[in-house]
Amino acid sequence: MTKVHFTQHLRHVAPGGAVDATGATVRAALDDVFARYPAVRGYVLDDQDRLRLHIAVFVDGTHVRRDVLDHPLPPGSELYIMQALSGG
Amino acid sequence: MAQRLYVSSKKGLLVYERDSGGAWQHKDTHFVGSPVTLALASPNNKTIFAALNLGHFGVKLHRSTDGGGSWTELTPPQFPKVEGGEKDAKAPTVNGIWAMEWAGRDKPNALWIGTAPAALFYSNDNGTTWTLNEPLQNLPSRAKWMGGGTVDTALHSICVDPRDSGRVAIAVSCGGVTLTEDDGKNWRVAGKGLRAEFMPPDKQYDPDIQDAHMMVQCADQPNVYWIQHHNGIFRSYNNLESWEEIHTAPVSKFGFAVAVHPRKPDTAWFAPAKKDEFRYPVDGKVVVQRTDDGGKSFSVQREGLPQENAFDLVYRHALCVDDTGDRLAMGSTTGSVWTSDNGGGKWALLSAHLPPVNAVRLV
Repeated sequence: MTKVHFTQHLRHVAPGGAVDATGATVRAALDDVFARYPAVRGYVLDDQDRLRLHIAVFVDGTHVRRDVLDHPLPPGSELYIMQALSGG
Repeated sequence: MAQRLYVSSKKGLLVYERDSGGAWQHKDTHFVGSPVTLALASPNNKTIFAALNLGHFGVKLHRSTDGGGSWTELTPPQFPKVEGGEKDAKAPTVNGIWAMEWAGRDKPNALWIGTAPAALFYSNDNGTTWTLNEPLQNLPSRAKWMGGGTVDTALHSICVDPRDSGRVAIAVSCGGVTLTEDDGKNWRVAGKGLRAEFMPPDKQYDPDIQDAHMMVQCADQPNVYWIQHHNGIFRSYNNLESWEEIHTAPVSKFGFAVAVHPRKPDTAWFAPAKKDEFRYPVDGKVVVQRTDDGGKSFSVQREGLPQENAFDLVYRHALCVDDTGDRLAMGSTTGSVWTSDNGGGKWALLSAHLPPVNAVRLV
């Protein structure tokens, strides 16, 4: 189980607080959240299900920069979906 | 005559209405703080669409069916998933909504949307679902299309023929003009005569790479189209069989916007700027170029517009005329909006303190 947190910028479409998700990778955990909160999907992923360019993902305090969606999530992970500062 | 003005701006959708005294009054600001790139309203102003580009979070589309009282976020047009697309940086994703038009009076609740990268999407259920027009996507000439002011190509102009809604012309930066006469099942290039001076000599008349900035069609004389092109003004008077270049623009042949009179096909307005790497009003003076004789000559409209130290650039959708041909609106990158009730003979400043204006629309 992973605890998923979304930036406050997405509060109108994302869960109100941290939400538990299952899945062994970032993508799998997000898919689990999107199944329950479908409106947030298009804010985080693009048409091809790639991570949008200016979304920053942190797993257990580490900013994941490469192959983000395939990054493994050990049990008990904390996953943060944030707005990167790049792009203004 | 239009009674409502929609101003799509970098910080929201501002709506103005005429009061009984004939003055524009601010009515609402929707999506305050968010970039609104385009808006479209039904003739009774009940149904309104707003296209947003949130940058970090992508392109969004909202619809109101109660005149802006409440909004519903819709699933915006999306490219179909390409196999392996999640790992392919070149697989397309919609980066912007650049055109939005009703699909015709005989097609209630149907709309077209043009995007960047250039593509055309159709909805027949009032924007709830969208379908990519695959025949345009598969057109061989697309291989030569290229980005203009942005990396992406952009489909920015959609002209639905008032005689036959199955006849739709689109314009692309940089992909010229393409026409369907069967509701989008088949497309053909319709840019004969367009000229791109920024290309090598033997490519300048290639219709597939033309940087049309904006294309409009005369409502009552639909054989006539106008284009503000990257390096000039062009007119087609023969139903897109060919285009002729207009060389008489007195201030500048460069600009983005064009509006055509709904009943007088020889009357059109242009918002010129210093070409093309600079993009500000020539000599710091905001003017509108108007022709009433099909481009043989132009008048330069200045009254009510700033005539010194102005840097207002007018984007392609930021100059419009209403269904009478008398009322106009124009918005700029420095947050000015002007209106006119006499065809641009005199302009009145609505505000000089708005966010950068992406588009204006009179309904």
